[in-house]
Amino acid sequence: MLKSKASRWLAGPYLVWMALFIVVPLFIVIWYAMTTADGQFTLDNLTQIGRYSSVFARSLILAAVSTVICLVLAFPVGYFLSRLRANKQHIMLMLVMLPMWMNFLLRTYAWMTLLEKNGLINRFFGLFGLGPFNMINTSGAVVLGMVYNYLPFMILPIYTAMTKIDDSIIEAAQDLGCNVWQILWRVLVPLTGPGIATGITQVFVPSVSTFIISRMLGGGSNLLIGDLIELQFLGNSYNLNLGSAMSLVLMVIVLLCMSFTSSFDESEMEGVM
Amino acid sequence: MNENIIVSLKDIVVDFDGQKVLDGLSLDIHDKEFVTFLGPSGCGKTTTLRVIAGFITPKSGNVFFDGKDIADLPPYKRPVNTVFQKYALFPHLNVFENVAFGLRLKKLPEEEIRPKVLEMLEIVGLKGYERRSIHQLSGGQQQRVAIARSLVNQPRVLLLDEPLGALDLKLRKEMQLELKRLQREMNITFVYVTHDQEEALTMSDTVVVMSGGNIQQIGSPQDIYNEPRNAFVARFIGDSNIVDGLMIKDFLVSFGGHDFTCVDRGFKPNEPVQVVIRPEDVQIVPPSVGMLTGLVREVIFKGVHFEMHVDVEGYEWLIHSTQASQPGEIIGMNIGPDEIHIMARTEV
Repeated sequence: MLKSKASRWLAGPYLVWMALFIVVPLFIVIWYAMTTADGQFTLDNLTQIGRYSSVFARSLILAAVSTVICLVLAFPVGYFLSRLRANKQHIMLMLVMLPMWMNFLLRTYAWMTLLEKNGLINRFFGLFGLGPFNMINTSGAVVLGMVYNYLPFMILPIYTAMTKIDDSIIEAAQDLGCNVWQILWRVLVPLTGPGIATGITQVFVPSVSTFIISRMLGGGSNLLIGDLIELQFLGNSYNLNLGSAMSLVLMVIVLLCMSFTSSFDESEMEGVM
Repeated sequence: MNENIIVSLKDIVVDFDGQKVLDGLSLDIHDKEFVTFLGPSGCGKTTTLRVIAGFITPKSGNVFFDGKDIADLPPYKRPVNTVFQKYALFPHLNVFENVAFGLRLKKLPEEEIRPKVLEMLEIVGLKGYERRSIHQLSGGQQQRVAIARSLVNQPRVLLLDEPLGALDLKLRKEMQLELKRLQREMNITFVYVTHDQEEALTMSDTVVVMSGGNIQQIGSPQDIYNEPRNAFVARFIGDSNIVDGLMIKDFLVSFGGHDFTCVDRGFKPNEPVQVVIRPEDVQIVPPSVGMLTGLVREVIFKGVHFEMHVDVEGYEWLIHSTQASQPGEIIGMNIGPDEIHIMARTEV
């Protein structure tokens, strides 16, 4: 008991940090969200958000699509990586993480020059007399940006979960009559459940709240929640109270999906009955 | 012995990265037999098992099951099941679901699955464990689950890859007898891989001794022990003294400076041979009446017997005896005709 009491003090510095820079700002956001510009209590900010439901819906859909694409891409890659010999695994993991060491803005900017009307891709197609294709400023470009930027965050947790699955478990499944799909659904997916849940959270949360990707690749027509919030704080429609209310709603959405994935996580761990 | 051949391997060649692991191996396995592949690590015994299971596709050669070539059949379509060395239980499923796994894949109705699984758990001695998580089981219990998980599918052949390797000695001995009992009760073929010669002799109807990717000898445990075909088998199965000798004529062999009557014949006159004598077959007598005499170098107490290292004309002999001599003592040694086994001289 003494030990746990003593160790409690070790968390002290962080508790102070958390109180000052997380809890207090959170209450400030809530305060702003519930008041008018001159400090009167109101729910108008929150009810106003209904007008922006299409932006919220677009954010959720694009983030969900990106998350699904990341999952479908990352799952086989994670399996493939985990079956490589140790030294090859390290090299391949470096390659997966390499883009993450490049500046986020730079990476996204690079996609702009690739996707533009007279960007590299269209010029390439032009050589064969094709195009130009309209790629930039579409929701597809936004999804591409999200997938490109957040894919490693899906691959890594799935890969980590896969490395814990011994080859003999997969062989046992084959031996007992599993074809490839049955191995996937009855063994690999349940055993990598926690990794999948982590990956989904790590891709969905930044995707649903991004504003850079949509601004650079989506043009004006693909406004997301993140852009909307930014407009309230830094943009023309300067409205701290509305911006805070939007942030609050976004936070609730994120919390909801995190609780969804973590419940998925737990039920997988208890065993499929 | 059952004459019905269930698995037949013909000229199997397997190589890993250019290194031959199985080098033209051919073998027939009879139905309802307990067959053991015995050999040191790297001899190809596990590889042979994995060829039968379908996890390894041989570079050349055929695998027949009931006379049908199954070379192209993937593991999940083969009528065999495997018990893995590391158990390979599914960590996300409890004991019941692990055992039910194969039956669920066959889409059996729930009311058939339940009694089958419970019966199988009872057979392996895990009645009442069905709701346990596999993390709550000991190594021996996990192995029982693995065996139940395979047997519940009623395979024609059960393949076991050193299944007792991770268990302690006492538990291993118990499980050896239990596996033998299971094989008799289920009345199916067991193909068992081990490097433990005692285990092989205890359980098997037929032992296949392997080395260097090929078969050294096939036979009953008694055959393998009493009539080793070459020095490798003689050395690998139990302790033995292998000395160079000369086959003077039928039923007469010379070694250690003495002529011995023996029961072997069919060698050329004066053909150089190797003589195998088991350590327990040497009788200690007073030096004056001994066929051979030797100087006792070392005496080690082994519980049931004393192990003695005896110097006979420069060869070190191993003798097991219930009576101890003293180091430094000169002893006489007698060997009966039945205890002398002659092999053609081979380079091993």
